[in-house]
Amino acid sequence: MSLFRTELRRLTKRRFTRYMTLLGLLVLVAIVVGVFFTNQKIGADQLARAERQADQQYQEQVRWSEQERAACEQAKAAGTATDGRYPDDCSVISPPPREEIQAEWFLPSTFDFKKTFDETLIPFAAILALVGFVVGASFVGAEWSTGGMMNLLLWRPKRLTVLLTKLAALLTGMLAVTLPAAVVWFAGFWVVASFRGSTDKMTSGTWQSFVLTGVRGVVLVLVLTTIGFALASLGRHTAMALGGVVAVMVVGQFGLGILLAMASVRWAEAWLLPTYALAWMTKTVTLQDFQSCNATYYGSCEPATLDITWQQSSLIFSVGLVVILGAALWAMRRRDIS
Amino acid sequence: MPAVLEIEGLRKTYKSRRRGTRNALDGFDMRVDAGQVHGFLGPNGSGKTTTLRTLLGLIRPDGGRMALLGHEVPDALPLVAGQVGAIVESPQFFPHFTARDTLSLLAGAGEVPAIRVDEVLELVGLRDRSGERVKTYSLGMKQRLAVASALLKNPKLLILDEPANGLDPGGIREMRTLMRNLAESGMTVVLSSHILGEIQLICDSVTIISLGRRVAFGPVDEVLAQHSSGAVRVRLEAVSDLPAATEALTQAGIRVTGHPDHLMLAGVDKPASVTRLLAERNLYVSELAPIAVDLESVFLELTATAPVPGQHRQVDESMKVGGTGQPGTAGGGWGA
Repeated sequence: MSLFRTELRRLTKRRFTRYMTLLGLLVLVAIVVGVFFTNQKIGADQLARAERQADQQYQEQVRWSEQERAACEQAKAAGTATDGRYPDDCSVISPPPREEIQAEWFLPSTFDFKKTFDETLIPFAAILALVGFVVGASFVGAEWSTGGMMNLLLWRPKRLTVLLTKLAALLTGMLAVTLPAAVVWFAGFWVVASFRGSTDKMTSGTWQSFVLTGVRGVVLVLVLTTIGFALASLGRHTAMALGGVVAVMVVGQFGLGILLAMASVRWAEAWLLPTYALAWMTKTVTLQDFQSCNATYYGSCEPATLDITWQQSSLIFSVGLVVILGAALWAMRRRDIS
Repeated sequence: MPAVLEIEGLRKTYKSRRRGTRNALDGFDMRVDAGQVHGFLGPNGSGKTTTLRTLLGLIRPDGGRMALLGHEVPDALPLVAGQVGAIVESPQFFPHFTARDTLSLLAGAGEVPAIRVDEVLELVGLRDRSGERVKTYSLGMKQRLAVASALLKNPKLLILDEPANGLDPGGIREMRTLMRNLAESGMTVVLSSHILGEIQLICDSVTIISLGRRVAFGPVDEVLAQHSSGAVRVRLEAVSDLPAATEALTQAGIRVTGHPDHLMLAGVDKPASVTRLLAERNLYVSELAPIAVDLESVFLELTATAPVPGQHRQVDESMKVGGTGQPGTAGGGWGA
């Protein structure tokens, strides 16, 4: 227990941990503040203004269609070539029905908590996962590269215990940041919705769904933190994790993405990790293949689809986590420390 | 006297596809008795640090037996780690922490009372600079911090790899006094160093390693005596008597080297016999000085690392026990 407390102290004493966490939290705050100032509450004034703008739009459409119809008839009467600009029958040039121009289109952006909040949990999880990855990698990577790990092992010669205790302290630290941040995130957007949108139609089921999405976000943060930690421990340097992730993203994701697109591979996104991260957060990501066409009853063409589910994502992330962490533990146990 | 540190037949081999196989430790033996200050000497690349790392569980040995404080290691390392303070190679610490933070975190990990941090900071002379970041420290100050970290546990066995490295002359003297005081308080100290004068001053016994094998060990006096050449410097009242003295001594079977104002004799068992021999010929000695061999010359002889004019010795070019031109070793075998 003393080792755990010490490692927790070491984690919080590190400037890199403090600055990265602060930076991550500031970005989250900036998002909430940005959403607050770019949304408005919809009241009678906004509805009336939108209605007026819709009317205005309709009148413009009417004027424009009348002008065009007149020009069309004039061209027909003069027998001037129109190069296909006008239809054969000028009477078909008519304004859209008034109801087609909806007042909603002219409403300012508003934050509907029920409709929109779960989408905000994706950047929340992504930003904290990035912070966790980098902090986790640096926490153990710097220990290796500065000789701190060797010093510690002279005091506590149980290698696996030391590494796992460090990981436990790191995950505890990340949880201690992520959970309050999640509560503040919920509260922040509730405030945004209250003052700049709507909190209507919230049911216990909706809350439950949001909480479950939040929990999945927290799990994603912890998994990526662990992977950053394990990669840096495996390479015994922070750069191993950072270099590894850059290599995976640039070569394995962007490069692979371009290659798959060039080869016109079906379901190319199914080979890319961000798809699975998104599926984990949104429960399902539906991929569409526009090269294949399923004719509908009305004759239109619907692309073929493939669902990537959060269960598939959990399987992939679990396997990745077990392999990387397992390799780090094996290396810790077997490799000489010199 | 019970052994605090025992190593028998320790082997460590590094294999590399490009560089082939290298025996860093090739059946190395070592024994340190309780309460001693023991010097651990060897040229660069001879296996000193590998030995210490292996002993402390950082490197996995390929063979041999090791024991610390009577317990077999590495199996019993968790049991004895609290009683063994060590610094291995150059001091390494997280540069952005202060000395106090560094020691405080180690104390926390080792369940050492926090008060001990102040005690060791005082002991190594870092009390007033303990609030500064380690990255601002000089090498000597880092060295002091490293010694402080090793002393933090109040260990029974203290292992220090090059503790005087980077220290100023005053610091070296302080370190020497500290080592002696620690030994007097009952602590066993193992010092690895290249400052052989210091080792000779501080240590009760030494082990010399070359190419992964022990080439000499035992009390410092015995090691020196066993490698003493019996050299004696002789001056006479009259320089003009030197040729006659040379002739007389040579006839007596003593190897003589002439110099303008004195003679150097080799292979003299009893210097008094020289006085007697010369006096019988009416040649009167004004100075008769046995030439004491020092640890440095013994070290250079045993490890065959003395510089040769015009040659650039490579790191692994040193003496292997049992090899060609092997000098006599001071003892051998486990537990001698």
